[in-house]
Amino acid sequence: MRDVAIVGVGCTEFGELWDRSFRELFVEAGISAIEDANIQGGEIDALYVGNMSGGRFIEQEHLGALIADYAGLASLNIPSTRVEAACASGGLALRQGIVAVASGYHDIVIAGGAEKMTDVDVQITTDALAAAADREWEGVMGATFPGLYAMIARLHMHKYATTQEQLACVAVKNHHNGTMNPKAQFQNEISIETVLNSIMVADPLHIYDCSPITDGASAVVIAPAEIARKYTDTPIYVKASAQASGTLALHDRLDITTLDATVAAASRAYRMAKVTPGDIDFAEVHDCFTIAEICAIEDLGFVRKGEGGPASLSGMTAIGGKIPINPSGGLKACGHPVGATGVKQAVEVALQLRGEAGRRQIDGAEIGLTHNVGGSGGTAVVHIFSREK
Amino acid sequence: MSVPRFWRRLKNLYNLIGTRCEKCNEYYYPPRNMCPKCRRSGLMVPFKFKGFGEVLTYTVMHSSTKDYAKQTPYILAIIKLDEGPNLTSQVICSHKDIHIGMRVKSTFRRLGEESERGMIYYGTKFVPLINPSKEF
Repeated sequence: MRDVAIVGVGCTEFGELWDRSFRELFVEAGISAIEDANIQGGEIDALYVGNMSGGRFIEQEHLGALIADYAGLASLNIPSTRVEAACASGGLALRQGIVAVASGYHDIVIAGGAEKMTDVDVQITTDALAAAADREWEGVMGATFPGLYAMIARLHMHKYATTQEQLACVAVKNHHNGTMNPKAQFQNEISIETVLNSIMVADPLHIYDCSPITDGASAVVIAPAEIARKYTDTPIYVKASAQASGTLALHDRLDITTLDATVAAASRAYRMAKVTPGDIDFAEVHDCFTIAEICAIEDLGFVRKGEGGPASLSGMTAIGGKIPINPSGGLKACGHPVGATGVKQAVEVALQLRGEAGRRQIDGAEIGLTHNVGGSGGTAVVHIFSREK
Repeated sequence: MSVPRFWRRLKNLYNLIGTRCEKCNEYYYPPRNMCPKCRRSGLMVPFKFKGFGEVLTYTVMHSSTKDYAKQTPYILAIIKLDEGPNLTSQVICSHKDIHIGMRVKSTFRRLGEESERGMIYYGTKFVPLINPSKEF
């Protein structure tokens, strides 16, 4: 296995992009990644496309071929593969690209993700997302994703005295970070009162505890580490790529408030990168709901189980805090086009490590982590990136 | 869900029939055709659960998918059955009374419907066990 680096990144703006189609979004992100890496189309060996539900959102499957075609790569017959793991589709596409280059099978790979979620009615979107849970034994009982995460939140509050204010401060912090990200869907400040006074979706989660429905795409160019400097002066090295599975249904977890897949993927990633949670300078984590960020910082080992709420309220996870979480604004404020999210996290980490994150730049960032979750924890993908080879 | 997909699960949904592994004596609901503990060496047989359990966690759903939107607000819960396994279902009771640890029993109810002309789903929901002394 050889070392791998990210040599180019690209991302569209995230939001309700009614004037742009799925294919246009992916091509826009791909072109900006390719231009960032200064490579030519003919150098690309393979494409990996993360997407959760083209079939439900835009009634289009066979997205690998679609993207290869509209990226102008069909005439070169470049192999293109769609990767799906619900909301972790992007993280998994990234991992497939990394594995392909690390193995020596391919040299230059584009890993991207895209989702077009606003072409259908919001109830259809909610139902399509509910397909990431167990349709036969959760969905048919009336479970939705806000419902499942609300049950995690309820038990977390019961076991660890986590409060609604602590949940809300995650949204407040991520909205604040979003104000410094020109690509973010929400670039406005909110207060704890804004969250607590917003409509209830699934008790105790208000609408401001939930990530939004978003269109967007992101892409990275992956190359072998030994030739990375041919393309860029600031390659970002992949120190670990880890993935883990957990039970599909939330009710089958040993502990409802712990995402076993996150714990397993993180422990594999730390071992692979030879680092500990304390070595991580900042992280982009899967905050599909405010409670999800609290569980993530616990399950990734940044704080002990049960301490995620008080840690969030203390400012520890803000930019300038001990371990900044979601400087991009996270899924909550930057937006959550499900197939694109896992790749966007890597784009943000690369920008931070290159020192190109503008007003949201974390001073002295050397090692960054990404954490992408599918469903309520059926899949987790953790990557660790570094400025140093 | 499509008609065949629901029909295949009727006995499980209506009568709370799951499975038990004869080798390790572990109970499963929802049913599985392979024991995750014993894997290929396990022997799964159908098992009818008594239908008693307690609320492990819950939420009051104020917003839902199109098939369930008409039912909101409703209580969604994870229930730990006395035999061991956990399942997701709804609890029918006052939103003021629902709490973690509440004792509940199963009941046959309408789950949802696809549309005015579509299929109506029936299955198992839960109600508070008002008099615990009559439990068994």
